[in-house]
Amino acid sequence: MSKSWVVIPLYNEGQVIADVVTHVKSVFPHVVCVDDGSSDNSAVMARSAGAVVVQHPINLGQGAALQTGFDFALTDPAMTDVVTFDADGQHSLDDAQGMVKLLRSQKLDVVIGSRFLDSRTQLSPMKRAVLKVAALYTRFSTGMSLTDAHNGLRVINRKTLQRFRLTQNRMAHASEIVDIFSELKVTWAEYPTHIVYSAYSKAKGQSLLNSVNILVEILFK
Amino acid sequence: MTIVFQICAVIVIAVASVFLLRGGGARHQALRRVLMLLFILAAASSVFFPQAWTWVANLLGIGRGADLLLYLLVLIFIGFVASTYRRFRQLETSLTTVARELALLKAQQKEDESTGNS
Repeated sequence: MSKSWVVIPLYNEGQVIADVVTHVKSVFPHVVCVDDGSSDNSAVMARSAGAVVVQHPINLGQGAALQTGFDFALTDPAMTDVVTFDADGQHSLDDAQGMVKLLRSQKLDVVIGSRFLDSRTQLSPMKRAVLKVAALYTRFSTGMSLTDAHNGLRVINRKTLQRFRLTQNRMAHASEIVDIFSELKVTWAEYPTHIVYSAYSKAKGQSLLNSVNILVEILFK
Repeated sequence: MTIVFQICAVIVIAVASVFLLRGGGARHQALRRVLMLLFILAAASSVFFPQAWTWVANLLGIGRGADLLLYLLVLIFIGFVASTYRRFRQLETSLTTVARELALLKAQQKEDESTGNS
């Protein structure tokens, strides 16, 4: 029997998290929200929508929240794979389902979402350029020819999770995840994903200036 | 005038050295203390023999003692920033471990409670 846990890092998303959890639970019954020390009612909303909530006592960063979610999922002996999903509802559930299906049918270790495999996702030219450069850097540093290195939608199997340890708590964790994949020599595939940039997710999302932070964190680990 | 400044400087250095040399610690702290002692001696002596810095600077091919001091200060500052960054990273790692354990423990507890009730 296969069992997926959906891991949602959660930080001050009280407005939307209940809807997102309800939506995700219509397909994946096992959802864990890692509340990263939110100052709003995120944890309560997530719990009321039926998610398991693991609460960091203080804010540690999204990378730390993901690792906590993985650690939690590993405590369930029946878990076979984990889906990482964003709390602001910008990911498509259909994509997540398709990725899990692909992972299981091809017996892959990892399936990574990409916004650049089809033309559904609308991106500004500037953001597209920065993401392309990031992907190029990843290809150069890890040898994995990803088209999109910073996509929050991923499916990871149990075997990989057991050897997985994120140390970058903050911004650079997306790059670190790919580094770890390449170190572990996982079998992987990309999957075309559609990301809906709503006004809400745009307002909450990363500013392009953040790429400076990411760069510094990668250089001075 | 100079004697007033010299007395003030010695008092400040003495007080600072008492604070710096105190405090418990590990083995490699000893090295830091030796360096600190040298620094204190150098600082104190330079008040009375400012020409000593110029002499050392000339040995190293630097024009003035003040320049030598500035270079040393910059080097020490960069070292301080680097070591502080490392310490913060180490602290952050341990803090993350502790916070994660606590979060998972609490979630486990909550789960046990809810299954116990039903």
